[in-house]
Amino acid sequence: MKKFIAVSLSAAMLLALAACGNNNTSGTTASIIPATTPSTEATEATTAAETEETTEAEVDDSYALEKSEGVMTYAEYAAAEVDDEVVIEGFVQAKHSWWDDKVTLYLQDPDGAYFCYDMACAEEDYDLLVIGQKIKVTGFKAEWSGEIEIADATFEIEDGNWIAEPTDVTDLLASDDLIDLQNQFVSFSDLEIAATIDNEGNECAFLYNWDGSGSQGDDIYFTVTDGENTYVFTVESYLTDSSTDVYQAVEGLEIGDTVDMEGFLYWYEGVQPHITSVTVK
Amino acid sequence: MNALHKIAALAVSAALLLTSCHGAHARNDFAVPSSFDDTKHYEITFWAKNDTNKAQTQIYENAIEAFEELYPNITVNLRLYTDYGKIYNDVITNIATNTTPNVCITYPDHIATYMTGSNVVVPLDDLLTDPSYGLGGSEVRFDSPTFDEMVPSFMSECMLDSHYYAIPYMRSTEACYVNKTYVEALGFELPEVLTWDFIWEVSEAAMAQNPDGSYALNNQMTMIPFIYKSTDNMMIQALRQQGAGYSQPDGTIEVFNDTTKDFLRQIASHVTSGAFSTFKISGYPANFLNAGQCIFAVDSTAGATWMGAHAPNLDISADKIIDFETVVYPVPQFDPSNMQMISQGPSICVFNKDDPQEVMASWLFAQYLLTDEVQIGYSQTEGYVPVTLKAQSSPEYQDYLARAGEDDALHYDVKIAASRLLIENADRTFITPVFNGSASLRDASGQLIENTVKSVRRGGSADDEYFDSMFEDVKSMYHLDQYGKIELGPLPQTSVILLTCLGVTWGLIGAYVVYGAVKRKRA
Repeated sequence: MKKFIAVSLSAAMLLALAACGNNNTSGTTASIIPATTPSTEATEATTAAETEETTEAEVDDSYALEKSEGVMTYAEYAAAEVDDEVVIEGFVQAKHSWWDDKVTLYLQDPDGAYFCYDMACAEEDYDLLVIGQKIKVTGFKAEWSGEIEIADATFEIEDGNWIAEPTDVTDLLASDDLIDLQNQFVSFSDLEIAATIDNEGNECAFLYNWDGSGSQGDDIYFTVTDGENTYVFTVESYLTDSSTDVYQAVEGLEIGDTVDMEGFLYWYEGVQPHITSVTVK
Repeated sequence: MNALHKIAALAVSAALLLTSCHGAHARNDFAVPSSFDDTKHYEITFWAKNDTNKAQTQIYENAIEAFEELYPNITVNLRLYTDYGKIYNDVITNIATNTTPNVCITYPDHIATYMTGSNVVVPLDDLLTDPSYGLGGSEVRFDSPTFDEMVPSFMSECMLDSHYYAIPYMRSTEACYVNKTYVEALGFELPEVLTWDFIWEVSEAAMAQNPDGSYALNNQMTMIPFIYKSTDNMMIQALRQQGAGYSQPDGTIEVFNDTTKDFLRQIASHVTSGAFSTFKISGYPANFLNAGQCIFAVDSTAGATWMGAHAPNLDISADKIIDFETVVYPVPQFDPSNMQMISQGPSICVFNKDDPQEVMASWLFAQYLLTDEVQIGYSQTEGYVPVTLKAQSSPEYQDYLARAGEDDALHYDVKIAASRLLIENADRTFITPVFNGSASLRDASGQLIENTVKSVRRGGSADDEYFDSMFEDVKSMYHLDQYGKIELGPLPQTSVILLTCLGVTWGLIGAYVVYGAVKRKRA
């Protein structure tokens, strides 16, 4: 009898104990809810992983290059006014960042490129966005400090893969026509690393943050010259973090180095490419 | 071991489990030690925010170096952020793992959320007034301000639930940076107090275009006369100036009201003409102002070094900058006779640790950030104001203010004018109630404006139906129904059953104990 009672009571208690482990995420217990800002760790983890990703997407599915019914051509997109609703199809060329169920992407098709900013995207969908993947995006054309982007967008994954070859735009750097290639995957050849001056007047090959106020892990800014003009290029830490080859290669640059580079033709009050690879010659 | 002993042991174990199954390790209350142990080494972490400003970074580094010389047994590890939101997220993440920093630059809104953890943030009341280690304490190895030398209103901003959970570090407010040259070119004269009506009137006048589509005022294809950086502040200040509800200290949310709708309607009418936009939609106000594409740029006084034709910090190429006269005004007002403006800026909190001596080391470093050297040095990097009367009244700081305009670097006139704006209007500043969720409410307030502006720009309407729908969307987006006063409602059925099960269990245990005792007595 004693054993029976003991076992019964123990079982009851175990059941009760198990029940006090709260797995109710929408319940009434007090909790800390970082509702308005995303998890930094999640961001960093995702982008870090992404920079290592060189997805083996199928290339050149020619059928996939055709636009679906109701989708704008790149020319129609380019002609649309800021704030117009746009529907485009493009191929993922780089995953810039993901946090708080929002993704920022570089897309491109054979005619032009698109920058999709903070597009609604659940984490499981983010994982499906491999490089080259075709997607259909519906959003609004926007302009922020000169960067043309698609904002407040949603997307659908479609069949098809295509990866852009970089276009060499070295000769266009000083040209007004360069903006026509905004957001495209491009390359630069035989540019020279020029001095970037920090706020103490020191000549540096690069700075963490625009004025050197940052540290390893932050965006890197460096100056290049084609012999006539200088341009500020960036290693964007969300796109390519400090674990990536390009980040580390730029940290190793010296003033006077001649380099070939690839990256995306981002705009911030003028051209400011996001570099994804650097080769010192 | 007989059955009774087994059950008793099980019950004790269960009780232990029950007490430990709710949340992570809770720390004890912090008690100020009688003395600081300088024979033991303490390594503390300091998470700080800089405005992507190298001078601010250097001030932190210099402060740490000087502090470590005074306290060789304390090592301070600096981790820099450029975004308060990231500090907030990282602290939240680290509360769960008991790996918070020791000292952190933060906002009171964020501290309110940190405090939902048990004994996470150290209440500073006893530390502030401790005769040995408090402000101006006898055992403090540097010239720290006394409690009475702190700006009282800034100190009161750090009080939550009747206790000090932070000390102020720097204070700023918002300013309207005005292209006076353009205002006068349009035939207007700047008033003594800038009003919303004046700004809207001038902004609409600036929209006149040439036959080729360029704007008559600047002969450029771009003109956004009025750009606001922080739309959360825009909404909060507009409501305050009109005596309308925003929130209550108990967490009651009042922002979704008719005055808010009226203000959004007013904004919408000027978005239609293109006279108004926001930082999130168009870009930094400073860039438009300096390029002659904006007349009224509202941004923090802590952004003053980016404002004006001669600004020491620039984000646009030199060939885009036009020459104009910049004047610095308080934010636009609804009632010029009762000016109201937000008080903002970073504060410092100290996190609790198991070792009170480690907390003491943290507190000493936090207090060091109030010394004149740090306060004056950091305030000069932007349009900040020191939070101590000691620093504000020092000859060094007074000399700095008096030399406004001597150069376009340390004595940049727009920056010093921005600092003076706050000093001269300190009694007209306010803060919003702080509670768990107040940070989300602030974001939601700005979202109301951003959504309205976007909707109008995209051809949508800004009527009651739209506002009612948007209010619900924004409440949901920022989880505002999960904060403040929450009716918990009845217990779920499963909880009732399981709690009953527990009660029955203990009842049976009690009955068995009584039965055994009676049986032994009879035997």
